[in-house]
Amino acid sequence: MTTAGFAAAPVFEQLETGLEIGRREIAVTRADLVRYAGASGDFNPIHWNNDFAVGVELPGVIAHGMFTMGAAVQLVVDWAGDPGAVVDYQTRFTKPVPVSDTTGTDEPGAVLEIVGTIGALDADARTARVDLAVTCAGQRVLTKAQAVVRLA
Amino acid sequence: MAINPDLQGRVYPPAEAYDVAREKIREFARAVKAGNPAHFDVEAAKSLGYADLVAPPSFAIIVAQRADAQLIADPDSGIDFSRVVHAEQRFTHHRPIVAGDRLTAELHVDNVRAMGGGAMITTRAEIASESGEKVATTTSSILVRGEGQ
Repeated sequence: MTTAGFAAAPVFEQLETGLEIGRREIAVTRADLVRYAGASGDFNPIHWNNDFAVGVELPGVIAHGMFTMGAAVQLVVDWAGDPGAVVDYQTRFTKPVPVSDTTGTDEPGAVLEIVGTIGALDADARTARVDLAVTCAGQRVLTKAQAVVRLA
Repeated sequence: MAINPDLQGRVYPPAEAYDVAREKIREFARAVKAGNPAHFDVEAAKSLGYADLVAPPSFAIIVAQRADAQLIADPDSGIDFSRVVHAEQRFTHHRPIVAGDRLTAELHVDNVRAMGGGAMITTRAEIASESGEKVATTTSSILVRGEGQ
């Protein structure tokens, strides 16, 4: 049995559609959104200013869709063992991820739940499509989240 | 102000090049909670066959959103940034992005569709190296919400 994070690279011939590659939970705080804003250059105030977000008819501060997309694919990267193996990655953003203000506590403002499953295999290209189910508080926040991984 | 329907088919040529720096890859990797050592440690990246630190799969959004900013800032577009919601995103990597790359993006407005009082706008950024090598194609759909949407 291999330890998570040091698992051997997946072998194309050992994969089949429907196989679960892994699952994880990601805790999200307002500080994470500020960090993502700085790193990405996306300073839309709906991701850090509650009054502004409410003023444009949102439920409150919401996570950047691109934060959720970028964090969710890490399950796939860790499974593949190589960030450059993800040759294609797409999603639709179906529901916002509201992040409560838990500043000063150890509580997350939201929790993302991610499950990855092999959705399709292409023997000619030696690629596997991993379908990601991404939910927050029981609601699916991404749909058609698919990462195509090139395997050795 | 309504979205200008004539935006469809418009092309914005590459603006300033984007220099991919090691510390930016590290910063972005931390921000998306990435743990692969090839984002942080040059030797780890080299052991996977890369010339330098490799970027996370969604890193190209930095370059793509800079290109999108040209459209949003265009006074002719009619887009109110505070009413923009990201609807769809796709990255197709022709090769991985690594530290030391100098990237340019040509922005294509592929589709503009009226939706209620707002519009769905699909843009495509063709990201290339300075030598013209294709690096990534990114496609974004944004929903510009009308009043009360």
